[in-house]
Amino acid sequence: MSVPFVEIPDREYVLPGTRTCAGCGLTLAYRYILKALGPKVIITLPACCLTILHGIYPKTPVAVNALNTTFASTAASASGLVAGLKATGQNDYVVVGMAGDGGTFDMGIQALSGAAERQTDFIYICYDNEAYMNTGVQRSSATPEGAITTTTPVEPKQQPKKDFLAIMEAHKLPYMATCCSAYPRDIYEKLSKAKNIRGTRFIHLYVPCPPGWGFPTNKTVEIGRIAVETGVVVLFEIEDGKLRLTGRSLTMARSGRKRPVDEYLKLQGRFKKMTPEQIASFQKDVDERWEQYLRRAEI
Amino acid sequence: MKGYFLRARGEKVEQYQIITGNQAAALGAKLCRVQVVAAYPITPQSKIPEVLAEYVERGELKAEFVRVESEHSALTVCISASIVGARAFTATAANGLAYMHEQLHWAAGARVPIVMPVTNRGLGAPWTILNDMQDSLSQRDTGWIQFYCINNQEVLDHVIMGYRVAETVHLPVMVCYDGFRLSHTVMPVNVPSQELVDQYLPPKKPPYSLDPENPININPVVMGELIPGVDGKLWPDYMSIRRRMQKAHEGALEIILQAGKYFGELFGRTYDTPFTKYKTEDASAVFLTMGSLTSEAMEAVDALRKEGIRIGVIGLRVFRPFPAKELAEVLSGLEKVIVVEKAISYGYETPLATETKAAIYSFGTSPYSLIWSWVVGLGGKDVKPRDLVGICNAVFHNAPRERPLWWHEEEYTYERAVC
Ligand SMILES: Cc1ncc(C[n+]2csc(CCOP(=O)(O)OP(=O)(O)O)c2C)c(N)n1
Repeated sequence: MSVPFVEIPDREYVLPGTRTCAGCGLTLAYRYILKALGPKVIITLPACCLTILHGIYPKTPVAVNALNTTFASTAASASGLVAGLKATGQNDYVVVGMAGDGGTFDMGIQALSGAAERQTDFIYICYDNEAYMNTGVQRSSATPEGAITTTTPVEPKQQPKKDFLAIMEAHKLPYMATCCSAYPRDIYEKLSKAKNIRGTRFIHLYVPCPPGWGFPTNKTVEIGRIAVETGVVVLFEIEDGKLRLTGRSLTMARSGRKRPVDEYLKLQGRFKKMTPEQIASFQKDVDERWEQYLRRAEI
Repeated sequence: MKGYFLRARGEKVEQYQIITGNQAAALGAKLCRVQVVAAYPITPQSKIPEVLAEYVERGELKAEFVRVESEHSALTVCISASIVGARAFTATAANGLAYMHEQLHWAAGARVPIVMPVTNRGLGAPWTILNDMQDSLSQRDTGWIQFYCINNQEVLDHVIMGYRVAETVHLPVMVCYDGFRLSHTVMPVNVPSQELVDQYLPPKKPPYSLDPENPININPVVMGELIPGVDGKLWPDYMSIRRRMQKAHEGALEIILQAGKYFGELFGRTYDTPFTKYKTEDASAVFLTMGSLTSEAMEAVDALRKEGIRIGVIGLRVFRPFPAKELAEVLSGLEKVIVVEKAISYGYETPLATETKAAIYSFGTSPYSLIWSWVVGLGGKDVKPRDLVGICNAVFHNAPRERPLWWHEEEYTYERAVC
């Protein structure tokens, strides 16, 4: 099933000169997403860190066609692209909507749910850095319980992260998958697969963010790996309702080894106020979810 | 109602259909061979997408019909479809239009040639489904061209003209007409042949096409100062891009009038002025109106003229770009301009009165003693010709000018009625 690294194309679509922060997990993932999709693609993106990555007029470091849109409208913009391309006979473009967790879990949910219900033919990628990073690390509904943000500065966020994967699964999509910046090959494989499926395909991409989460810029990959190895992030794909664990999550399931969440939490400034009780409760949630996934994957 | 007997010279009677404003708008879109339709229902617009859905499902119109989940998405779909080259269409009203507000700015800024009928309706709260023009007039500054139609014939004609203008100046166009009064009222409408419309409106030519080898980033972030590109030359900043938009508006009136003239050559109905004039040649006073109110005012003028009052009507058809010079010219020499409008800019007066005063002043005359601002017909309140006769009488008997006058208030005082 795995693709050897040599098969990943050398051609780069994210060129030097992006305006993202040092150590940005999004930039890393985006390189592999675009490699998988190839040049015959049009990306539509709202206000978020990806807009910044795409650069400032008149220069862009991203070598695929892109259309910027407003915060709430990524999936509607993708729907318009799909309709417009079809109506004008430009049939071989892959349409991709890509937005942050704020632009997906919160404001974009209406347009995304609408497009998914219509089974509009496009790939939607939500990259999740667990807060509104573009506007300065304010909490979103994707922020985990216990995290400090600039709008939960003294008392950390009190509510658990919205279970968006369950919401998207309820739309009965032909394909949905999770990825993490730390595993580029997994990203490449899943996007390559999604590209050849019709209907609304949803990718949830976990993206570590050094300034937002409070870790050194050289630790992005490490944090991403620990997120997966602790089970905070589980790599899987669901095709026609059937869940399959992939990559590191699959090997972990087989070996039965999972690291304690504390190892993930203690590396990040945003969790510094978590009490031992909160950490224990966090661990319990992660374990329960992990068991569920194992059952669903029949492991 | 006057004004809908604008018969084309020599055309056959079979070409007439007895249809509502909404059917006229949908038919107009079909004749324009729109390629993408996105719409979300709101009274009194709902019939437009319904009719278009039928056209598409019967195979009479080859278009992608996107049944979106909100107005914000409806306009987004049109913007994106338009950017990749399709002729896109949507329609809305009132709270739907307000919900689109962010996308209205985005569409104009992205310079996409969308045409969108707006069936004018009062804005909540409190809820009303009935007519006034508060919805579209409060979107005045979004960068859209705005047409206001007197009758269903004008609705059909302005959808067709709208695309020609929009695709020439690269600005979106609102075709506004009164909810229920036109949207749901049947009238004879002369329907042009598809061949003539095709001649008038050739297939859309997008300004660029997508090329995977030379990709572009559309509508990116821009800065506040001119920025050097990779070629070292300076590229526009936000303000210069905005200035181009204003320039496009400044040039749009001429293109609108040319489009209206050419329309006349092909279809027999000429729109070569930004307003409809009725009995203005010898007039000392006029009603200045927009939309279907213009035909009510024509009736009122007929009645008033029988009493010896030399009054006429100027029905403004083009509100954005505002035809300031043309309007100042046509109003010059008059003694009284009675602006009657189904809208109010809260805290001041009716929007058209403000605009007209500025226009007159800019072109040399003091508007002070000239203009009365009247609020009428909010939220579906009927405006009959006799109301306009009453307004005229009040003006001739020195109604105050310092504040906007409410015809409603003068006729029946609400407070008194409830006490
Ligand atoms: C209607 C609207 N409200 C607010 C904003 C301001 N805004 C721009 S980006 C952003 C946050 C984006 O967060 P997210 O989607 O999580 O992406 P990230 O910045 O984390 O990459 C906000 C609130 C906006 N652009 N539009």
